[in-house]
Amino acid sequence: MSDTAFHRRQAEMLPSRPAPAGQTGAVGWMRANLFSSPFNILLTLISLFLLWSIIPPAFDWAFFDAEFVGTSRDDCVGGAGACWAWIDQRIDQFVYGFYPAESRWRVNLAVLLLIPALAWVLIEKAPGARYGRWFALFYPVIATLLLVGGLGLEEVTTDKFGGFMLNLVAGLAGIVLSLPIGILLALGRRSKLPVVRVVSVTFIEVIRGVPLITLLFVAIVILNLFLPQNVSLDQLARVMIMVTLFASAYIAEVIRGGLQAIPAGQYEAAQAMGLGYWKMMRLIILPQALKISIPGIVNTFIGLFKDTTLVIIIGLFDILGQARLLQTNPEWIGEVDHETYVLASVFFFVICFSMSRYSIGLEKRLDTSGR
Amino acid sequence: MRVQRIWTDERARGVILQLLLILALLLVLAFIVSNTVANLQRAGLASGYGFLGSTASFDINQRLIQYDSTSTYGRAFVVGGLNTILVACLGILAATIIGFVAGVMRLSRNFFISRIVGAYVEFTRNVPLLIQIIFWWVVILALPKVRDGISFGDTLFLNNRGVRLPAPIIEDGAGIILVALALGIAITWQIARRARKRQDETGQIFPVVRTGFALIIGLPLVTYFLAGSPIDFDIPVAGKFNLKGGFNITPELVALWVALSTYTGAFIAEVVRAGILSVGKGQTEASGALGLRPGLTMRKIILPQALRVIIPPLTSQYLNLTKNSSLAVAIGYQDIVSIGDTIMNQSGQALEVISIYMLFYLTISVLTSLFMNWYNARIALVER
Amino acid sequence: MSDSIISISGLNKWFGEFHVLRDINLDVASQERIVICGPSGSGKSTLIRCINRLEEHQEGSIIVDGTELSHDIKDIDSIRREVGMVFQQFNLFPHLTVLENCTLAPIWVRKLPREEAETQAMGYLERVRIPDQANKYPGQLSGGQQQRVAIARSLCMHPKIMLFDEPTSALDPEMIKEVLEVMVDLAQSGMTMLVVTHEMGFASQVADRVIFMDDGQIVEENIPSEFFENPRSDRTKLFLGQILSH
Repeated sequence: MSDTAFHRRQAEMLPSRPAPAGQTGAVGWMRANLFSSPFNILLTLISLFLLWSIIPPAFDWAFFDAEFVGTSRDDCVGGAGACWAWIDQRIDQFVYGFYPAESRWRVNLAVLLLIPALAWVLIEKAPGARYGRWFALFYPVIATLLLVGGLGLEEVTTDKFGGFMLNLVAGLAGIVLSLPIGILLALGRRSKLPVVRVVSVTFIEVIRGVPLITLLFVAIVILNLFLPQNVSLDQLARVMIMVTLFASAYIAEVIRGGLQAIPAGQYEAAQAMGLGYWKMMRLIILPQALKISIPGIVNTFIGLFKDTTLVIIIGLFDILGQARLLQTNPEWIGEVDHETYVLASVFFFVICFSMSRYSIGLEKRLDTSGR
Repeated sequence: MRVQRIWTDERARGVILQLLLILALLLVLAFIVSNTVANLQRAGLASGYGFLGSTASFDINQRLIQYDSTSTYGRAFVVGGLNTILVACLGILAATIIGFVAGVMRLSRNFFISRIVGAYVEFTRNVPLLIQIIFWWVVILALPKVRDGISFGDTLFLNNRGVRLPAPIIEDGAGIILVALALGIAITWQIARRARKRQDETGQIFPVVRTGFALIIGLPLVTYFLAGSPIDFDIPVAGKFNLKGGFNITPELVALWVALSTYTGAFIAEVVRAGILSVGKGQTEASGALGLRPGLTMRKIILPQALRVIIPPLTSQYLNLTKNSSLAVAIGYQDIVSIGDTIMNQSGQALEVISIYMLFYLTISVLTSLFMNWYNARIALVER
Repeated sequence: MSDSIISISGLNKWFGEFHVLRDINLDVASQERIVICGPSGSGKSTLIRCINRLEEHQEGSIIVDGTELSHDIKDIDSIRREVGMVFQQFNLFPHLTVLENCTLAPIWVRKLPREEAETQAMGYLERVRIPDQANKYPGQLSGGQQQRVAIARSLCMHPKIMLFDEPTSALDPEMIKEVLEVMVDLAQSGMTMLVVTHEMGFASQVADRVIFMDDGQIVEENIPSEFFENPRSDRTKLFLGQILSH
């Protein structure tokens, strides 16, 4: 071949052309995602059939054939769809349990105040963060005061706590209280001192090895045995102790993961600056470790929040307890067996799903900032 | 001067700190023990495990071993423990299948399939398991009565008393089928060895998986018919008020099984998805560029790597499922917690019963973590 | 050209709405060595990935050693057997030893007896100068060693054509040389090679032709001496100016 056969030079640049018809847009998308092969077409048909056989009946049951108004089961008997008539009358009981009606604003306020408290902790550049953090720190005290009473507010005993509020309180308090214990356990598990390490590992592994329900049994039947005769904790307090211990073991593992992700250089740099163990942890290591642990902590909270429904087994009337009460209430008996559980599921789903989305988003953000 | 030196000495400080910790723990322990002893004495309760030998005098309708109301508490615990293990094994089996299928389907290019599976995963993961268990239980109890129950080909019946299946009746000579099965497995194993050796020597590939499948299923089947059908099936027959024959799976077991396996299956689906995604696209491309077909790429390249990522979290999901089976107590499936609860109420031996619970679950989790450590050590990727 | 081993004509490819390859025509003769260069995003990697069907094209034809690429799996298989590929990120199989990496495809695709596959693999590992690492895992090797294993792995399939997709871009500077040396050896043994690279020294040393791509099209091609000394298009000049000033 001669040299001239080789060289080639394009006279002018070719412009971009649109893709051939059927490769892009709606048609192209369908070809790629729904009909790319015989097997894929089969899958598409099966899924369409599945959707067609699930969604219309579900909507019929939940909305079109459902009964929304009424005062008792008589308004629902014989209907083909769901009976939602009870909601109007009973939703307060479903949400607040037996909390006195005139004091329910306190629960609402506590939940409302939670939003800014969380925002100041979780959103890095929230305005007024300096004072906000202090507010968040004292939020548990404020919330307890609002819920239980004191300082001029009328006292509400904890046996009045119930419904969805009980699940929220138990889950949130469990996570908040377990954080300091979890941090100590995580540090203990990574400690150089063998006794500290063994104690931490044993605690964490024993708690993680047994189901929560056995710990709740401990709260109900044997925790008072451990205390002197004249001391008796109320039921919710005992449950909260065990829930906190349970959560702290899981939080400890999450934070240990965060601690492990901190490069050794950070420890060395802190030591080189002359910081002692506690100062190093408080000022350098923990702030970083906690930040990358947030997604894990949120996930632990989701799990714990779902697990708070277990309190019905030991006789507390949380949202499931209220559902049971309604199902056996003569006014509604036989008509709300599914409906109450469906509504409870919706409550949990909305909260847990949005939190898990948040946690996934945060994980992605932390991941890219680390690269 | 000397005191100060001890206090600033790092090692001495560590020793002192640890001694203080031990002291504090001992004090707490002494506090608890003395209170407990005093409280028990005041209540006139005896402690100790002697009660395990006394008669239980309650019935257990779900049992894998011989038990009646004259049996002891100890035996009742064994029945409960076996029931926990039964539902855990059934659940693990179903959850694994659901999880792997759903995990792979979630990665499907088909828009509808991936979204439907996504909806299933998100929904089941974000609703408390207890609601799901109770919900399935309510659904089964709301099924038609026995008389109007749903039947599948008149052999499998579904009604508000659970599921009724044909019961195998083993007659003389049925043992030969087991022999055939064992033979099938042994031959397959031999073939696999030979095939590997032959491939090493000549390069020829033998379809071991297909042949093995045919042998392990076919051989017992052929034997079954040749031996004159030595296993009969007691097929349930619809009577006037009840089904006769066959064996019944209680609504509680069905509800618990369905709920545990769909719930854990959703978590496993996420584990599987993450495992497959953890194997980079470059691996598939490199394998394809070398001429390996997709099936072989899956078997030789993707799966071995994905499984390393999948198995540790998978094991902890199995452990979660086992622990979660304790929610059985809410619907009255007689697992160890439920039976222990009854015993606790009857005998008042709360400390002992709860210690048995913990021992039971801790044994399972210790065994699991021993397995995990062994597995992790075996498969750890060699890095420099 | 009847003697060409690869013949691409009228090739067009889109990623969604993005027109990534525009009317590519290229013939490669047997034993020819071609270096493809161009700014990132110019479509050069996509072009060579189309040749062994890691990417699907929408218009035009690609004929490799007499077989036209189509949806037929048999055709794809037979082409992939003829064409070896080396990736920027090595893509060694981390769960297999170096030797197993090299014998996997010969055993399962070419159905070689294990011993023969191993002997042959050791031969190629010697050729890329790392026979002593045969029983290590990829994770224990340096980047340069890994890339040389990747080359040996491809050679074990006796390909007629080797594609290199930026084989040295992920390497530390001190390791680039050892990989380039292996590639030069290979070129001298008469392998047909298509190399996407910015190593201009390599291009002028071994390439029969240098192709410059930009905006999804072949802007200019020439023998190396002419290409470097006498670039004709403004885009080529700009690109060479940027790359040589480094």
